Amino acid sequence: MQTQKKRGADIVVDVLVAEGVDTIFGLPGGAIMEVYDALFDAPFRNVLTRHEQAACHMADGYARATGKVGVVIATSGPGATNLVTGLATAYMDSIPLVAITGQVPRHYIGTDAFQEADVIGITRPITKHNFLVTDIKDLPLILRQAFYIARTGRPGPVLVDIPKDITQQVSEFRIPTDDELRESLPGYNPHTEGNPVQIKKAADLIRKATKPVIYVGGGVILSEAAEEVYKLTKLTNIPVTTTNMGKGSFPETDPLSLHMLGMHGTYYANMAVYNCDLLIAIGARFDDRVTGKITEFAPEAKIIHIDIDPASISKTITVDVPIVGDVKTVLRKLIKELENKPIEWLQARENWLRQIQEWREKHPLSYRKSDKIIKPQAVIEEIYNITSGDAIISAGVGQHQMWAAMFYKYSYPRQFLNSGGLGTMGFGFPAAVGAKMGRPDKTVFAIEGDGSFIMNIQDLATAVQYRVPVKIAIINNGFLGMVRQWQQFFYDSRYASVCISVQPDFVKLAEAFGAIGLRATKPSEVREVLQKAMEINDRPVLIDFVVDREENVLPMVPAGKSYREMIVSPKQKSEAETMYLVG
Amino acid sequence: MQEFKVVKTRPEPEKKVGKHIITVKVQHNFGVLARITGLFAGRGYNIESLTVGRTHEPNIARITIVVDGEERVVEQIIKQLRKLIETLKVRDITELPHIERELALIKIHTENDRARDEIMRLVNIFRGKVVDVSQDSYTVEITGDDEKIEAFIDLIKPFGVKEMARTGTLAMVRESAVAKEGVLD
Repeated sequence: MQTQKKRGADIVVDVLVAEGVDTIFGLPGGAIMEVYDALFDAPFRNVLTRHEQAACHMADGYARATGKVGVVIATSGPGATNLVTGLATAYMDSIPLVAITGQVPRHYIGTDAFQEADVIGITRPITKHNFLVTDIKDLPLILRQAFYIARTGRPGPVLVDIPKDITQQVSEFRIPTDDELRESLPGYNPHTEGNPVQIKKAADLIRKATKPVIYVGGGVILSEAAEEVYKLTKLTNIPVTTTNMGKGSFPETDPLSLHMLGMHGTYYANMAVYNCDLLIAIGARFDDRVTGKITEFAPEAKIIHIDIDPASISKTITVDVPIVGDVKTVLRKLIKELENKPIEWLQARENWLRQIQEWREKHPLSYRKSDKIIKPQAVIEEIYNITSGDAIISAGVGQHQMWAAMFYKYSYPRQFLNSGGLGTMGFGFPAAVGAKMGRPDKTVFAIEGDGSFIMNIQDLATAVQYRVPVKIAIINNGFLGMVRQWQQFFYDSRYASVCISVQPDFVKLAEAFGAIGLRATKPSEVREVLQKAMEINDRPVLIDFVVDREENVLPMVPAGKSYREMIVSPKQKSEAETMYLVG
Repeated sequence: MQEFKVVKTRPEPEKKVGKHIITVKVQHNFGVLARITGLFAGRGYNIESLTVGRTHEPNIARITIVVDGEERVVEQIIKQLRKLIETLKVRDITELPHIERELALIKIHTENDRARDEIMRLVNIFRGKVVDVSQDSYTVEITGDDEKIEAFIDLIKPFGVKEMARTGTLAMVRESAVAKEGVLD
């Protein structure tokens, strides 16, 4: 490509075009105005949000739903600091984002100038990498590096901070080639292939195991390896449990699916993991919400761990066969290795599957149904039915998030979006907007709590402005429900600062924003309002589900405890009375 | 629950605590040092010493970090260091044959001739150098590994140390080990 003279701001737009960007999210301000001026003529969609945090979650939801790099733009100072929660959210879940922030002009940096903040310093521990552009000559390469770093290896957010005077400056410019890009990053070489010796060891363990379980995390989705996981399970007949982040990487309607494991995992998944003799961890990182008490996690199992990030290996749990590599690549090789020699039929393995089936029947996922009061789980089940299990679900954080994880059966990757690692309240709705913009062909439901939703409620205006027909289901219990549940279980039911029943009329509020508002207060109304909501396709629709206020998320393994101490199910009147610690 | 009757536990790896010398080759960009120190600070780990300097290769700096800590955490930090985009090579050389050197400048109070004589003798034994002299002080330059410098400080402490500055440890794997283990530096 030949060089041409361009303004810094136009260089930004040109590189975004070259990177194939079709949608960006953001909000302008002083230091980024030049870039916004250039964006005025950009050949892609530029979404104006009402808050930078929502912009970041939208870019994140867009990235999660499409697999492409999400792009968010903000101004210096408060604009950039408002991105912090969104960047940390994406960082914890390894979501590829590029954040472009304006910075005060170079000669003002360090002078406590208006809207100045050390954004590089602030975001250093919550980004995969970040850049401060100090010379316009570096700008095109840095932007390309940002996209490359964001989407390769273990993906993550990358921030580029550009001083305003550089966006205004005019310079010779051409887009750096792929070779120049790679040569410019000599220290960045993610291992993708997987060590063949280790892969062979893993195959041997798989052949010999009598009680194996596959434990699948978000890495499978990031690596687009759902097909390989499916193939592996069908080849070996090994049951699969997924983490919250791994949902959708294995069809939950499949008889081999054990559904989620961990703190709010199913009884049968946790029993299987507790008793297995081989645990095959794929693109998962042994999060504390999964393991509970480390010393009693899969206590008798040999562990195979496939992950692209060497730092994830033996971080919390020492594993027996670590394989560093891209999940998809490694699984392909592992499958090939296993196909070389047919797997022997083992009676013990049959017994294992039968044992799991018994656990499944003993404590299936369940809740007490009611025809007087709406049960939150019933709402999720009804959403599942009305969308034929095909919708993209984006959840906030709290009880509703766990119910959305448990009672909707996910069948394809990128179907369930939520802030798994950071646990960011307010994530679900803006992420749903981003997801719907990226996947207009899919029905997108934001399943939100009344506490979570209100944290980014301002961006209903954005969804209305761009006519994004997301459905928002508020599981409204007038509580910060998950905290209330913990207070009930572990703090003697002292409900400190969790009652939020003084709240806006969400239906009227939706209408004030120009969206449609609906409400259901009785079980008989649930299906009806959902049907109505499904018919609206030109604007957002919000449904306020007024649910049982003190319903609990069960099963539950209390934080830091062993699976032995799992609280399985409520039996009688009060959960607090009947919850029993087993073991 | 009967399935849970037996308490089974994973064998816990033994906790080893000790000093580690980590060498890091980095692209010498601004901010790279903050990234590295941030990894330690964010985990509540004190760096015992850290030295940075340019190398013979353009735009490449070498950092030597000495850290005292639990094996598992140090191992995790090393992995995190490797993940940084600007690091080219990270090695824990603690267990490899290596050379360690540190330079200290120590301003020592010289009360009288006897003190001056005694200090001079110690400086000579330790192959140090007096690099500045005043009415009532010697400034001594001394190099060696941590142990030697500590020993020297212990000996001159009774005279009264007015001021001290230390570079922190520099370290390098011995060429014999490089050849034997086939590790490139």
